[in-house]
Amino acid sequence: MGPTARFLFALQEISILIWKAFAGLFSKPRYIGETVRQMDLIGVGSLPIVLLTGFFTGGVLVLQTFPTLEYYSIQNEAGRSVATSLIRELGPVLSALMVSGRIGSAISAELGSMVVSQQIDAMRALGTDPTRKLVAPRLLALVFMLPLLTVAADIFGLIGGGIVANLLFNQDVNVFIQSVRNGIATTDLLGGMIKPLFFGLIIGSVACYKGLNTTGGTVGVGKSTTDAVVIASIWVIIFDFFLSKALQVLLDMGRI
Amino acid sequence: MEETETFDELENAELPERPGDLEDSYDDVQRVRPAIEFRDVFLSFDDKVILDGISFKIGRGETKMILGRSGGGKSTIIRLILGLLKPDSGEILIDGENIADFSEEEMMDVRQKVGMVFQEGALFDSLSVYENVAYRLREQKVGEEEIQREVRRMLRFVDLEDAIDKMPDELSGGMRRRVGIARALIGDPEIVLFDEPTAGLDPPTARTICELAIKLRDLQDVSSIFVTHEMNNVRYLTSEYATVDETGRVIYEKEGESLCLINTKILMLRDGKIIFEGSDEKLQKCDDPYIKRFIHGK
Repeated sequence: MGPTARFLFALQEISILIWKAFAGLFSKPRYIGETVRQMDLIGVGSLPIVLLTGFFTGGVLVLQTFPTLEYYSIQNEAGRSVATSLIRELGPVLSALMVSGRIGSAISAELGSMVVSQQIDAMRALGTDPTRKLVAPRLLALVFMLPLLTVAADIFGLIGGGIVANLLFNQDVNVFIQSVRNGIATTDLLGGMIKPLFFGLIIGSVACYKGLNTTGGTVGVGKSTTDAVVIASIWVIIFDFFLSKALQVLLDMGRI
Repeated sequence: MEETETFDELENAELPERPGDLEDSYDDVQRVRPAIEFRDVFLSFDDKVILDGISFKIGRGETKMILGRSGGGKSTIIRLILGLLKPDSGEILIDGENIADFSEEEMMDVRQKVGMVFQEGALFDSLSVYENVAYRLREQKVGEEEIQREVRRMLRFVDLEDAIDKMPDELSGGMRRRVGIARALIGDPEIVLFDEPTAGLDPPTARTICELAIKLRDLQDVSSIFVTHEMNNVRYLTSEYATVDETGRVIYEKEGESLCLINTKILMLRDGKIIFEGSDEKLQKCDDPYIKRFIHGK
């Protein structure tokens, strides 16, 4: 198989996996307990790194843009610049990349070791469909939790930006807050929540697909873990561009 | 052999019948129909032929030992029975039902009848011994009380009741294999598949695993496939039988003048083809140089 055929084959397999996982939600058995456990693991577990990422990204944005804005005497708009870039782009993408590193690798490694130690076969032999038991809860948890994590990252980013503007550039907090409020429209918030839905789906499906198709023993587990993180991260970034364009057209956002 | 173990379902136990009577007493349709039947099964991966027109039958209460070199398609046969793989052509009948074209959902029902013992045990790392053994019943939404009773009964069967609260990584290789057997046997499947259950075990532990297989065959009327490449296993399973003495203990006796075991047959694979099928006596007399080398290792 050439590279194009391989890519199309993987795309087909991943689409089938996503389809089966979501179609399975409409009939029994459902694994609600497992889904909640994954939500805790993925959502609550990733909160610290996502908050830190958001906080310092917001801070550094103000740090870098403030002097330029000051040069044009529009430093009162610092909040607006941070808010738009964070909520439209950096919040969703950076959260997705952090979660892809932390969760994508974990899912792929866990499923991969289950494959090589025949635990997936054992599960099927004992009458459980691994798509329902393992894939669906993880996909669902990612799709639900990533938007929430993104919101948390956005909020902490704005706080970080505000602190930097206040402490390093002596800007009044109220000026910053007012500028943030002027900067964000409802469509920005909406777009910022829609993106992570898709990113969660990409991270989860790539990680599950790579994990479940592990071959070649423990070395194979390492390889599929690396693949899962790299491929998911790249697709998050590529998809982000097209998603941004689609949202601009659909929601009429991003004009100013 | 003086191995002794107490055994619960003494009253249900079926003693091996006299070989002469066996053929005639098969009047029940259920018993005549083979538990497993392969009809001209072909399977290949890319260009490599794994199974090249395999046909065989396994009756109820019968054990089929599948011999052959590593990579010779032995484990593939087991994976086909479980529907983990699909054949390219041919029929696979479980209880008279052709499963070759079954969907994953349809296979789930078939799998309830089959217990599988994996090479390394394949226990779920994240679950305790209790949860591993209970897994199948838990999936079937059986009540907690019954689960507990059944799990204890199965762990007693493999003599591991003490390990009930341990995690798989605290167990030795032999113990993991035995927990794997207990997990395969819960729900009393009619068919049990052993995939090289003694590989990598010391001789006494391997012997224990073989005794469990003998006990299942002779006392619980289970049909089984025993994939192996160790001739010791073949010797144990073809020459000894389990029975229950007056005190209710399970004892293992050697076949002799009065009783000749016919419920264990051997099937040998080479390059995806069956090159031998029959009893151990016939195997020993076989003149084929490949088979001779396999039996004697030289």
